[in-house]
Amino acid sequence: MRIEIEHLYKSFSNSKVVLEDINFCDEVTSLSVVGPSGGGKSTLLRIIGGLLSPTSGSVTVDGTKLVQDERHLIQYRREIGFVFQQGGLFHHMTGRENIIRPLVSVHGYSEKDAADRADELLTRFGLADDGHKLPAALSGGQRQRIAIARAVAPNPKLLLLDEPTSALDPEYTTEVLNMVSELSSTGIRFIIVTHEMGFARKACDKVAFLQGGNVVEYGVSQEVFSSPATPQFRQFLGKMFEWS
Amino acid sequence: MSLASSGSLISRNEGQDNMNLFIEKEGKKAAPLIAALNIVIVCAAIIAFFWVSLAIIDLKFDFSFLPKYRNWILNGFKTSLGISLLSLVLSLLIGILSAVGTSSRILALRYFCRGYITVIRGTPLMTQIYLFYYIIGTAWGIESRFISGALILSIFEGAYISEIIRGSYLSIDETQLEAARAVGFNRRQTLRFVILPQMVARTVPALAGQFASIIKDSSLLSIIAVVELSQSFKEISTSTFHLFESYFTLGAIYLCLTLPISFISKRLERRFYYEN
Repeated sequence: MRIEIEHLYKSFSNSKVVLEDINFCDEVTSLSVVGPSGGGKSTLLRIIGGLLSPTSGSVTVDGTKLVQDERHLIQYRREIGFVFQQGGLFHHMTGRENIIRPLVSVHGYSEKDAADRADELLTRFGLADDGHKLPAALSGGQRQRIAIARAVAPNPKLLLLDEPTSALDPEYTTEVLNMVSELSSTGIRFIIVTHEMGFARKACDKVAFLQGGNVVEYGVSQEVFSSPATPQFRQFLGKMFEWS
Repeated sequence: MSLASSGSLISRNEGQDNMNLFIEKEGKKAAPLIAALNIVIVCAAIIAFFWVSLAIIDLKFDFSFLPKYRNWILNGFKTSLGISLLSLVLSLLIGILSAVGTSSRILALRYFCRGYITVIRGTPLMTQIYLFYYIIGTAWGIESRFISGALILSIFEGAYISEIIRGSYLSIDETQLEAARAVGFNRRQTLRFVILPQMVARTVPALAGQFASIIKDSSLLSIIAVVELSQSFKEISTSTFHLFESYFTLGAIYLCLTLPISFISKRLERRFYYEN
């Protein structure tokens, strides 16, 4: 999938500039976005996901430019899966209903097909016994895995994950990242914002390092991580691995 | 140091064990028998207090006149319940409309709704009853005291319900709305599948509590001579001179109405409790 970003700016009403002239053009299969907090990672992911409109600039996906009005964005979002850092599952629905409802109401599945699809995904990811529970009764890791299952259920053309493990205890981080990696191996394209450097390096083809609203460094993960070209990324990695 | 502190810990635990008939242990629910014992003690203390107070001023009650007036009481009861039920429905309608209105893009509507909520919540119901009944009601020829009573009460309670509804909307997590957009819901679907179910869960218990308020507040309609429960007892007390007995019976009947409602409200709260 080809993603093209041109002269993308985003500032919020408090006039803080979050993204400053982002330019990007590449095929995306598995991309990690890393960088310090406040660097604009989540904002960029939301713009790519059609959840947020840029102040100026454009995003083009597979040759089609994103039109920034609600009617077009709804259509676009339906082809994208999005996973939030936390609290993305609907609180009042069981995990299973969380998967079924959008399939039926948005993607036109019959109730039965949607239920079959939900059960198939829950079973595949070891969640068969947890589907009937409300999110509040699930562990953080189970919640995130169901959120991912909900996002991939309608076979989106791109999966976007916004720090899916940042709110989790370390023991749950692995099970969530394993699931992303497994999905990736079955051909799902994804962009992940993450602080898990090991995952960014080993499970993602490409990495973008975002700092101060700019893409400071971009390239093939294996190369960029072993020999960072910029002092900023080197310094960032130094901090990330200080205690590991 | 560690020995000393563990020693004091033990003696504190022993102290708690001695006291556990009256003090609930942290994180533990009191046994039903112990709870009942404490409830009896509280009731006995309250009854004793009033008993002594009555003895001091040498007051004796005589409720024997009540059965004679049971039809008055029954009619008053029916009127109170009727007005309250009608008001519940109307005030819910007014509450929903004005809650939506406060964030309307039509500015006149928005300011009207905000003004309505502020003024109604900031003035006594009695003032509103006089204003709406004697001035507005008379001017526009609303004859029935029952209807105008229910309307006035609905206007009053609607302002509070409006705030309940607005509060429960504002308490919906921002991420829930963003997730609704992310899965591709349009505005109608977001309202239907996410906002309304979550709002109902938060609003219904508070609404049940508000219904108890409506029942109590309906007693003020006696000032425009709606013969509801309070007015019935006012009339009974003036014709029998049993002032205290009449009003205490009135209080007991209101309690019989409101206690089950607050019980139901608690139950609903638990039923809809799905977070954390």
